[in-house]
Order: sequence, then structure tokens, then C-alpha cells
Amino acid sequence: MSAARVGVVTFPGTLDDQDAARAVRHAGGEAVPLWHADTDLKGVDAVFLPGGFSYGDYLRCGAISRFAPLMGELIPAAKAGLPVLGTCNGFQILCEAHLLPGALLRNAGLHYVCRDQRLRIESTDTPWTADYAPGQEVVIPIKHGEGRYVADAETLARLEAEGQVVVRYLGSNPNGSLNDIAGIRNEAGNVVGLMPHPEHAIEELTGGPGTDGLGFFTSILKRLVNA
Amino acid sequence: MNVDTVARAAQTPDEPMPHVELGMKDDEYQRVKEILGRRPTSSELAIYSVMWSEHCSYKSSKVHLRQFGTKAPKSDALLVGMGENAGVVDIGDGWAATFKIESHNHPSYVEPHQGAATGVGGIVRDIMSMGARPVAVMDSLRFGAIDAPDTRRVLPGVVEGISSYGNCLGLPNIGGEVAFDDCYIGNPLVNALCVGLLRKDQIKLATAPGPGNKVVLFGALTGPDGIGGASVLASATFEEESHAKRPSVQVGDPFMEKLLIECCLELFAADVVVGIQDLGAAGVSCATTELAAKGTGGMDVRLDLVPLRDPTLRPEEILMSESQERMMAVVTPEDIPAFMAICEKWDIPATVIGEVTDTGRLVMTWHGETIVDIPPGTAADEGPVYERPYHEPAGQAALNSDDPAALDRPSGPEELRATLLKVLGSPNIASKEWVTGQYDRYVRGNTVLAQPADAGVLRVGEAMPGATETNRGIALATDGNGRYARLDPYAGAQLALSESYRNVAVTGARPLAVTNCLNFGSPEDPEVMWQFAEAVRGLADACKALGVPVTGGNVSFYNQTGTVAINPTPVVGVLGVLDDVRRRVPSGFTGEGHRVILLGETADEFGGSAWAQVAHGHLGGLPPQVRLDAERALAGVLAEASARGLLTGSHDVSDGGLAVALAEACLARGVGCAVTLPGEDPFVDMFSESTARALVTVSAETYDAFAALCATSEVACTTLGTTTGDAMLTIDGLAPIPVEELRETYEATLPAIFG
Repeated sequence: MSAARVGVVTFPGTLDDQDAARAVRHAGGEAVPLWHADTDLKGVDAVFLPGGFSYGDYLRCGAISRFAPLMGELIPAAKAGLPVLGTCNGFQILCEAHLLPGALLRNAGLHYVCRDQRLRIESTDTPWTADYAPGQEVVIPIKHGEGRYVADAETLARLEAEGQVVVRYLGSNPNGSLNDIAGIRNEAGNVVGLMPHPEHAIEELTGGPGTDGLGFFTSILKRLVNA
Repeated sequence: MNVDTVARAAQTPDEPMPHVELGMKDDEYQRVKEILGRRPTSSELAIYSVMWSEHCSYKSSKVHLRQFGTKAPKSDALLVGMGENAGVVDIGDGWAATFKIESHNHPSYVEPHQGAATGVGGIVRDIMSMGARPVAVMDSLRFGAIDAPDTRRVLPGVVEGISSYGNCLGLPNIGGEVAFDDCYIGNPLVNALCVGLLRKDQIKLATAPGPGNKVVLFGALTGPDGIGGASVLASATFEEESHAKRPSVQVGDPFMEKLLIECCLELFAADVVVGIQDLGAAGVSCATTELAAKGTGGMDVRLDLVPLRDPTLRPEEILMSESQERMMAVVTPEDIPAFMAICEKWDIPATVIGEVTDTGRLVMTWHGETIVDIPPGTAADEGPVYERPYHEPAGQAALNSDDPAALDRPSGPEELRATLLKVLGSPNIASKEWVTGQYDRYVRGNTVLAQPADAGVLRVGEAMPGATETNRGIALATDGNGRYARLDPYAGAQLALSESYRNVAVTGARPLAVTNCLNFGSPEDPEVMWQFAEAVRGLADACKALGVPVTGGNVSFYNQTGTVAINPTPVVGVLGVLDDVRRRVPSGFTGEGHRVILLGETADEFGGSAWAQVAHGHLGGLPPQVRLDAERALAGVLAEASARGLLTGSHDVSDGGLAVALAEACLARGVGCAVTLPGEDPFVDMFSESTARALVTVSAETYDAFAALCATSEVACTTLGTTTGDAMLTIDGLAPIPVEELRETYEATLPAIFG
């Protein structure tokens, strides 16, 4: 059986693509590089939108990337059910592309924050979190300047009611996110956006806080193999 | 636009030129006229004035810096030494590391955000131009007193500049320093270090060989950045409106730099680059003269082909512009299409502006007229050299005799405990999380240790795809102590090296090579020049004794306001290698029931110490004794113990002494300890800053093997106690201190000031 293939997108200014590809490999998958200017998803089984400062974050984080040629293919595929995970800048791009509701604004403290963050996995009902236990507490690095999740009251109420909050900050809220939201999913559950970086917590040697992030990658690979 | 041509210069030999306004001395200007056999054109004057500036020519420091070469220890690891954009060191398994530290002090005072940001950008391009992938940065920062109003302007701006630029480049920031002292109030120090990795056989050099090869300028467009001086040329020689009043600090675009990094790596991989140079200080002037001087010797450049952000720029301004994110490459005509295609892929503007020649002349034209015709080596390598006079400062003897032994010392358990907390919470010792929490330390996924560990450690093997597997790692640390150096610049430089060397050693790495950033006042002041001469002599001697060569660095003079100079501040970076990075020793206490051991010997040494500063605002006497043999023995023990897996944790003992080291070791993971002070005087045991010491932990099973290793190596090994599960720092005779209380003290200081 060949390994499941997870596309890792590189925009100009993407930074965590190498890390994301490594995490896919660690979990037993094949990482397939996808270039922003291409219009070919190369038949991948899932897509990872890594963090960084795509297009220099000019205009607004993710605002230019959502118009990249590759996104023209990815948006309809995601709407049709392709599993997509966006972390950090990837989350911002998913919001700009309206694959996820709400927006990510400048941190309440106005500073970039890099730290090992305690989190709670709120929803295991996605292809990216099925390997976690509901309510499981994990520690995964965050690193961003614009991670304050906001949405209107109605959207927020719906996210909570429908169980679309996937990950929540524990302890002190690092950026002023509403309801301590660190990650959400779309209604169907196949598209997930996160501010934390699970790809930075997959190895004891380099993982800072440990290997708590690996579950996002093992979850998707199990799902793809079993599909 | 009227331009001053070579023909015109020949016809108007007596036309006065504004060399003084450009910072050039009369005799230097005379030398230019002798070299050219006529007066220089305004463009030529632009080139000579920037290339012969202190910053580019090292004219005051050169005679001293030569010792780094003449006294250099033999090292098989050194692949490229001083004189290139950065030194390159062999780290084994076919891999090489290149690293360098550089100052951006003055711009960071004028405009903290952009000054610090472009400091990062500049050093990263130096590393790229060696053919390497930049893999990490670190910063050594010094500011005025923490509560001074201007520190509140400068520090947050500097940190934000480093954070926004470095984070956007995708380079982990893995260490460095932050220090405060009144002496830096008008002259903050912002020293940026970058390290890169490359395959040993892929080193690129700044050279332009092969007549007919093309000269390509690529990266950002050229604009009116940092060219305050050039407006003098335009307005003095011609009746045109000048571009004066432009900002003199450059503005950085980290997004462009990130693209430039990826573009360069793809160009290197495609093997379409013959020579390469980054454009930093002195921009096109520096890149063209240096490339030509190190190559076949000649170059023709059409300056009007330089792509501009501001089309009204004059040739003199183009030559002096310090616009960021630009590189210059020498490419064979056959490879030009491939080169251009890669630049296009990364949306990097690239323009052929000239060609290598064998004429021995750098010739530049502007719309068909010759405006520069010089032997490039005279600008690049044959600048003036000064033997500046120096003598010991008038107050030096009095300063050295102001012995801290006369200061009141704490006595009794209550006072010792209070002193520990006071020193731990003092600005120079307290947690720097407010600063380092704004830097991405994770990106690229190879960070094994980062701040607040003693040194940053990176995994090498996965730095670049497709390269051979290796388990190697590199360790990097910087250190400087202006207080020690003020008391004795010779010893101060050696102490900076000693600590940086030790910081690398406590991770288990073998120290290999050195970079340095020498921050001083004005070289025209003989007392400052004495400090400089002493520091360089001290550093060169110590590098020889420790067997670690200087591979490059930077000198920053004129860090003074009026006649008051900063404390002499040599900052020393050390690079080490771990044969197996999985054997690195973690920082601090890592678990319960480990034996806590002090390595090295403690004497009564308080000159320049943190205690003297915190408790008495005192700076006097002599700094702690330099013990290079002991440092070397200690590093040997640490490397072997780490390779054999004998250590469970380690921490350097330095500022604030053993007391601070114990507290920090507890804070690393919230593990407590119970220890007994070994000496007769608990105050000396706790706060002395004797060198060549480290705190380590070993498990009960490995203790005997470790003690035997120390005995063979003649390193004093004193068991202090054990680590505990109670989260208390218990020093025999003192009331125990909860780690939580240590943490509150340690972490409150910077947020209280900066929010």
C-alpha cells in the first residue's frame, strides 16, 4: 500500500513548509510540495497550509494568498470535502478565502508571541484531531503577531453550539481571542484552522514542549489509509 | 542631469571637491588625486569616501586586528578565514558552518525598529553570500539603565525590529544577550549574529574572475536609502536641486529578503554563480570594487542600467545608496538565461549591469559618458591605515585600586537570602522572556536548545534537503561584559571569550571558532584606543590559548556621546560542534534525585560583579582572574561527559555566581534542589564570579565515572547536594525559597518596565 499523500503548499514568504513536510513524513505519509503559482493539486489526499508571512503579510495576512492560482483549485476541492489544515498564516488564508468564518486580528498585547502553549482539544470530530481524546490537554508552540480570533456574536454562538471550536487556549489567553479560541473547523469538519503549530511539536529532540502535535498528522494519515 | 565625467575632471583639475563634507581628510584626498593622476569625479569621490570610511576600511583598527591572523592557533577546521564576507568552519561529515556577528548600533539609536531590522538583514546576506543557507540568528543587545526614559523608546523598538524582520525571514532566533548599563544610554549596542550551513564543497566567494562574465545586480530596487552624504556631492558640484533631508536610516523589507534567500539557494544549487557579494554598507561602490579587486581585476559597469525606485537618483547617489535586500553576482554568459529564470520564479528583479574585464580598471559609464575609471584595489584594499596613538586612561589606576573588598557584605542567612533575590531580579540577570518571547525560536524545526539555555543548539542533518544524513549539531553563544572590560580591557575580552566558550561547552559541544564585534568609543581618543588595543591583544592571545581561531567580525567605533565613551564592549561569539546532537546536555535541573555538582574552583572575586553593581552601584578593582587552562580542561570534561551520556543537566556559572546559577537551574523546569555550600564564607560561595566553573547534575549510577573523569582532567568536582521534587531551592543554613518565589522575582522585572 502506498503512503497517503499530503500536499504542503508554499507561497512566497511561507516559512513552516519544511516543518510541515517533516511532520507528514514522521507520521508515515508522503509530503507533496505544492507551489502557489501552479493550478495542479497533484492528486493529493489532503492539504496542509503552513505558517509564515505569505506575500509579506502585505495588505492583510492571507489577503493576497487567497487569490493565488493554486487556491483557485483548492477552494472548490475543500468545499467538496478535501481535508485541509491551515496553521497560523494558513488559518488566516482559510479565513480570507471564506472556507472558515471569522478573522484573525493583531494580538491584544500588540506583540508577536512565541511560547509553549497549553491547549485543550475540544473537538475530535475532524479528520485532523481524531487521534486525540476529547478534552485532552496538550502543549504546542504558538508564534504569531496576529492571532486574535474574532467573529460576530451570531457566528460565535453557532461555532460553540455546533461544536466547531476545535482547540482552545488554556491558562492565559495569549492574544485576546474570543472565547479563548485557538482553532476552528468548518461545518463539514474537513477544513480546520489553528493558530498553534503542531508541526513544531513532533520530536523530543527539537519539539520544545514535546510531541503533542503529532496527533494532527497521525489523525489525518489514519483517516486517509482507512478511507 | 549634469554629471561630472572623467573628461570633465581632466579639464577642470582645480575644481574644488567636497571631500571634507564626505568625511575625508585632506591627505586622504591628496592620495586619491595621486592614484588617479587628476582630481576624482564626483562619482569617484563617492566611491573613495565610502570605501575609505572607518566602517569599510578599518583604517584605525587594522594594525591591531592583524594579531587575529598572526596569533591564530592552527586549526584544521578553518576553511575560510578573515577577509571574506564570513568565516567558514568544517563541522564534519562534509558539512560546514559559516557565522558572523556585526553591529548596527548607530542606526538603532536613530530609528530603533528599522535600525535593528536592517542589522539582521545585513548579516543574513553576508551568510548567504558564502553559499550557505542561513539557519539561525541571535542578537547581543545593550541599552541604558532599564528605567531610563529613552530605554523605553529604544528597547521595544529594537526588539520589534528584530522580531518583525527575523520572524518574517523564517530564521529561528536561538540566543544572545540583553544587558543594561548607564553607559549605553546614548549609544545602545545592537549586534546581530547569523549562522548558515552549507556543504563543504559549495563555498562561494566574493570574486569576479573570467573576462566576459556578466555582472548581475539582483534583489530590491535601488532607492535613496542611507545616502545622507551623497547629497553634498550633488549640491556642491552642481547648481541642481539637491536630494538633501532624506532619511539616513535604511528601511528593510524582510519579505524580499526571504525570497532572496530561497532564490540564492536555488541559484547555488543550479551552479550558475561564479562569484557573489551582498550589498551592505557602501552598496554598489563596495560590491563592484571588492568583486573586481578579488577577481581578474577589471570590470565595466553601466550605472544607468541599475534599476531604480526613484528615477531622479544621481550616479553618486546610486553608488552610495544602502538600499537593502540587494546582491551582486558574477555569471557566465551561457548561464544568464538559467539565472534569470530562477530569479523570475521568485519574483526577484535581476539586471545585467556590467561585465568582467582584464583591464585592471573599474570603469563606469552613465548614458555613454565615463564617470568612473579607477584601479578597484585602491578603493577596496589600499585604504589609509592609521597607527593611532594610545595610552592608558588617566583614571585607570584609581579605578583598579577601588577594591570591592571594602564594600559592605551581607551577613547572616536573612541578608544572604534577600541578596539572592535582589540579584536574581536585577535587570541584567532577570528573565529576558519579554524580549525573546517576541522571537520565533521554532521555525525550520531544527532548534534543539534556545534561550534561556546557555547556548543555542541546532540539528544539522535536516538543514537542507537532499544532503547526507548526519547526527551532528552546532552550538552557538555570544557574550560580552563591558564592566569587566572597563576594569581591564585585556582581561575583559578574554573573559568574554571564556564565557562564550564555556556556554558552548556546557551543552556538550566542542568549541571550534570565534567571531567578534568590538564596540568602542572614538578611536581618535587615545584612551579609547588603548582600550581597543588591549582588548584585541587579549582576545588574540586567548584565542591562541584556547585553540579557537577568529574567523571574522566587525569593529564599531564612535559609540560615544560628546567625550563620554561607552564601556569598552568586545562581544565574542563562539561556534561549537556536537558529533551527535542527541547527546546535547539540557540546561538546568531536569529531574529529581540527581547529584548537583560544582565544577571548578571559587575564589573571593567581586570586581565588576553583578553583586557589586546591584548592591552598591560599584564598579572598581579588577575583574575575576582569567583561567584559560582551566576553561579548556572544563570544556574537555563537559564534551567527554556529554558524549558518554554521563550528564543529566548543566549550567554555566557566571554573572551573579553560584547562587544565580542554582536559581536558574531550578527555574528551567521547576525542579528544586537541596545543597550545602562547600566553602568557609557563604557569601563568597554564593556570589563570587570566579571563572572556569559550571554547575552539572549526574545520576547516582554515573557519578563514579564522572568523578573519575574530572580527576584525570584535573577539574575540581565538588558535590553540593541533590535535586529534589519539592520545588524549593534549599541552601543549607538559609530559609528555603520556593521556586515559585524565584520565578516571580525573576520574571517580573522587564514586564514592570515595558508592559
